[in-house]
Amino acid sequence: MRIGVFVCHCGTNISATVDVEKVAQELSRLPKVKFSATYKYMCSDPGQNLVRQSIKDHKLDRIVIASCSPRLHEKTFKKCVEDAGINPYLVEMANIREHCSWVHQNKVEATQKALEITRLSVAKVSRDKPLQKTYVPIEKKVLVIGGGISGIQSAIDISFARYPVTIVEKESTIGGRMARFDKTFPTLDCAACILTPKMVTVSQNEYVTIHTCSEVEEVSGHIGNFKVKIRKKARSVDLHKCTGCGVCWNKCPVKVPSEFDMEMGNRKAIYVPFPQAVPNVPVIDREHCLWFAQKKCGLCKKICPFGAIDYDMQDEVIEEKFGAIIVATGFTQFDHSVYGEYGYGKFKDVITGLHFERMANSSGPTGGKIVRLSDGKEAQDVVFIQCVGSRDEQKGVSYCSRLCCMYTAKHALLLKEHNKESQAYIFYIDIRAAGKNYEEFVKKVQTDYGAVYLRGRVARIFEKGGKLIVRGADTLSGGQVEIKADLVVLATGLIAQTDAVKLAQMLHIPYDQNNLFTEAHPKLAPVETITSGIFLTGACQSPKDIPDTVATASAASVKALGLMVQDKLEREPLVAKVNPDECSGCRACIQACPFSAIEENEIEDRKIKRKRVVAKVLEGVCTGCGNCTAVCRMSAIDLEGFTNIQIMEEIEAL
Amino acid sequence: MKYAYYPGCSLHSTAKEYDMSTREVANALGIELLEIPDWICCGATPAHITMHLLSLALPVKNLLKARSMNSYEVATCCAACFNRLKIANEFMEKNIEHRGKVNKIVGQEYKGEVKVRHFLDILVNVFGLKNLSERVVDKLSGLKAACYYGCLLTRPPEITQLDDLEEPHLMDDLMKTIGVEPVYWPYKTECCGASFSLTRTDIVLKLSADILQMAYDEGAQVIVVACPLCQSNLDLRQAAINRKYKKDFQIPILYFTQLVGLSLGIDAKKLGLNKHIVNPMKLLDKIAK
Repeated sequence: MRIGVFVCHCGTNISATVDVEKVAQELSRLPKVKFSATYKYMCSDPGQNLVRQSIKDHKLDRIVIASCSPRLHEKTFKKCVEDAGINPYLVEMANIREHCSWVHQNKVEATQKALEITRLSVAKVSRDKPLQKTYVPIEKKVLVIGGGISGIQSAIDISFARYPVTIVEKESTIGGRMARFDKTFPTLDCAACILTPKMVTVSQNEYVTIHTCSEVEEVSGHIGNFKVKIRKKARSVDLHKCTGCGVCWNKCPVKVPSEFDMEMGNRKAIYVPFPQAVPNVPVIDREHCLWFAQKKCGLCKKICPFGAIDYDMQDEVIEEKFGAIIVATGFTQFDHSVYGEYGYGKFKDVITGLHFERMANSSGPTGGKIVRLSDGKEAQDVVFIQCVGSRDEQKGVSYCSRLCCMYTAKHALLLKEHNKESQAYIFYIDIRAAGKNYEEFVKKVQTDYGAVYLRGRVARIFEKGGKLIVRGADTLSGGQVEIKADLVVLATGLIAQTDAVKLAQMLHIPYDQNNLFTEAHPKLAPVETITSGIFLTGACQSPKDIPDTVATASAASVKALGLMVQDKLEREPLVAKVNPDECSGCRACIQACPFSAIEENEIEDRKIKRKRVVAKVLEGVCTGCGNCTAVCRMSAIDLEGFTNIQIMEEIEAL
Repeated sequence: MKYAYYPGCSLHSTAKEYDMSTREVANALGIELLEIPDWICCGATPAHITMHLLSLALPVKNLLKARSMNSYEVATCCAACFNRLKIANEFMEKNIEHRGKVNKIVGQEYKGEVKVRHFLDILVNVFGLKNLSERVVDKLSGLKAACYYGCLLTRPPEITQLDDLEEPHLMDDLMKTIGVEPVYWPYKTECCGASFSLTRTDIVLKLSADILQMAYDEGAQVIVVACPLCQSNLDLRQAAINRKYKKDFQIPILYFTQLVGLSLGIDAKKLGLNKHIVNPMKLLDKIAK
C-alpha cells in the first residue's frame, strides 16, 4: 500500500492558522505514507497536476487530500485520481479548513488538530475498497402533479424535448388559481388571456396526457423508476363522447354556490367551472345532483345529444411508471376567520383578495362590478388590509407571503378603473415590491390612482349604520384612523395545501414547519428535493408570483429532462450492503430507513436447510445515510465507503 | 361549591352593591363564599405602575391567605383583582426567578397553586347556565342590555383564559338565560378610560361617552358590567358626559350579579339597586310589569 498525502494551503485560508508544511512532514513518517506534499491551491490545475504526477512518480495507490470540505472538491479530486488510473473511491478528503483553520486561532493547537484529522483520513483510506458506479435504467416519462400554471409550464417545456409527460389534476379542469385571477401585476395583462392559450397548447400536445378529477394515491420506487397509482375519480361524463355543448348544465335544475367564484355566484350540479375549462367537459357533483341524492331527475342524461352522461361510472385506479416527478401542487389561502378584530369571517362585506379578483373579472359573478355582498350596492370606499395571516406568529404564519403587497396595489388600481368615484385605503406593514417594475407599479397606484397608503394595523372592524367602521393606527402620523368603508378586502396570505403533508409523506420529500415542501438546497438546488428524481415548482415550496412560478417550472423541467436524456442512471456505490449470513431478519433496518430502501427478501439458507427472511437494500433508492447500519444489532449491514472496519481504523488512529 | 372570596377594595366601597348582589346570588344558589380574612390590596394600578415585584407580592400574599384557609380556589368579582391574581399566578408558576424573589418577600413558598376564578366564570361554567335557568323565577323578558366586558376581563388572553378575546360572550350567554336580550354591539371590550378617572377625567368622559352612545344606538336600555371601574366611569360620570357632549343619556349601569339576583326573585334593595347614580328602578319596574 502506497498512500500519498497532499496538504493544501488554500491561499492563506488554511496556512494562516495551520502549519501545513509540518502536517505534510509529520504524516510522511507514517509507515504506509510514501509521499507527501503541500501546494498553494491543490484544486487548481497545477495542484491537480502535482497529484497526478506524484501518483506516477511514486507509484501511489491511495490518496488523502487535506483541504476543504468534501462537499466542495471531493468530485474534483475523484476525477483527478481517476485520470491517473486510481479507482476514485480510493481517495479521502481531510477537512482541515471548515473543521479546523477557519474555526481556530492558536496555530500550534490548530496544527495539532489538522494533523489528527489528516491522520484519521490516512487510516480510513487504508481500508478503502475500490468501488464501481452502478447504473439503473430510466423510465422516459415525467409525472407532473398539479395542473396550475406551474404544472402546465413544466409539461409544455418537457414536451418541447419530446418526452412524454402526464399531468394529474384534482379539479375537473386544468388552470389552477391563475384561472381565477382578473389581471396580473405589474403589466395588467388579463390572466385568462395569457393562461388559456397555454392550457390549449398543453391539451393539444401529443406528448402530454392530462388526467383531471384525478389524484396521486400511491408512489413507490425511486429515481428513474417511480411506480405511481393514480385515482381517476368518476366524472360521470364520458370525456370522449362529450362535445361541451352545454345543454346539460343549461337545463340542470340544481344550483350550488360556485367554488370557482368564491361562492359569490352559482353553478349547476353538472358544470364546468369556467367557460375556458380544459377539457371543456362537465363533471357531476354527486353530492348535490338529484340523481345521486334521491334517484330523481336524470334530466341531463335524457337530453344529452351524444349519450355522454354515465351515472354508473366508477373511480378508476391506473398504475404507471415514471422516471421523474415534478410537484406543482400550489397553495391555498389563509383562513382569516381566526381574526376576531376583523369579525371572525362573519361580516359579509369583509372579503379576501380572491373574492375581489372574481368580482373585478367581467365574466365573474358580479359582471365586473365591485359591490358589497350584503346589499349588492357598488362599493365606494374600500379598505385593503395587508399581511392577513402573513408575518403574524400569533395567529398566522411567520413568513411574508411575498405577493400580497403587489396584488393589493393591483386591486386598488382595478377598483379605480371600475369605479372612478371610488377611494382605496391600504393598511400595510411594509411595502415589499421587489420585482421587475414592481416598485414603479406601486408608485403609480399611489400617484396616478390616488390610493391612500396607511402604515399600520387595523385594530377593529365593526358594522354600524350599513357601513363597516374600520379603526386602525397610522404609525407615520402617529394618529388613529377611522374609515367608514363599504368593503374591506383582506390580503390573506398563501399557505400550504391542506393535504401537503400527506403528499410529502407519499413522495418521501421533506416539508418545513409551515408544511411547505423543502428544496434540496435553498440557494444552489432550489427546485430539487433531497429525494432524487423529485422536483418542486411553484407555490407548494414557498409563496411565488406568476413570473417566479413559471421560472421554477422551467427549471424543474430542465432538471427532469436532464434525467430523461440519459441512457441509464449513474448511481453512487456508497450504499448499504447486507451480509445475509449475519442478518437475523429482525427488520429494525426497515423501520429505520427514511427512504423505504430496504425490503424483506426470502432466501434459501443452505446451512439450516430452511427458507428465512433477510434484509435487502434497493441500491437505486438507498442514499447512503447510514441509519440502517447504526440500528443493525448483528452488524450485518455495512455502508460502502464508511464501513465499520474503516470507522474502527479511524478510532484506533486517534 | 365553596370558594375563598376576595372582594378587593372597590367591593367594600364604591362598588358595595356588586359585593351585596354577589353574596345574595351566591347564597341563593348555594355557592359558599368565605371572605379571605385580613385580605390586602390586589396589586392593581397604584402598585403595578410603581414596582413590578410589589405588584406580584401583594396578590401572592392574598393567595397564600386563601391557601391557609385550605381553599385552593379563589372567587373574585373585580376585573382588576381577577387580572392581578391571575398574572401573579402565571409568574409564580412559570418564572422561577420571580418566584424566588417573591417567595423571599412574602416569606413563604408559593408556586401558583391556588386557582383563581371570576364570579362570572363560576356562574356560567361551574354552576352552569342550565342549572341557573331552573332557578330563575322572574324572567327579565323585554329588557335589552349591552354586555360590556371592558379591558381586563379577557386580556391578556393567554393569562386570563376566560373568554373570547375580541368577541366575549359569557355575559351575553348569562343574560339570555335570565331572559334579558343582549344587543349586538361592537364595543364590548373598548376602553372606558379606567383609572384616568381622576387624573385625566377628560379622557374618561370622551371614551365613556362613546361607549354610552354606541350602546344607545344599538338599542340597549341598560349596560351590564363585571368591573367596578367600568361601572363607576359609566354611571358616576354620565351626568358630566351629558353636560359636556349635550346628551341626555339615562342608561343604568348594572352589575350582572344584580340582574341575576332580580331573576332569582331577590329584593332590589338587597341587591343594592338603589345605590346607583342613574336610577334603574323606573326601568326595572316597567320590565317587571
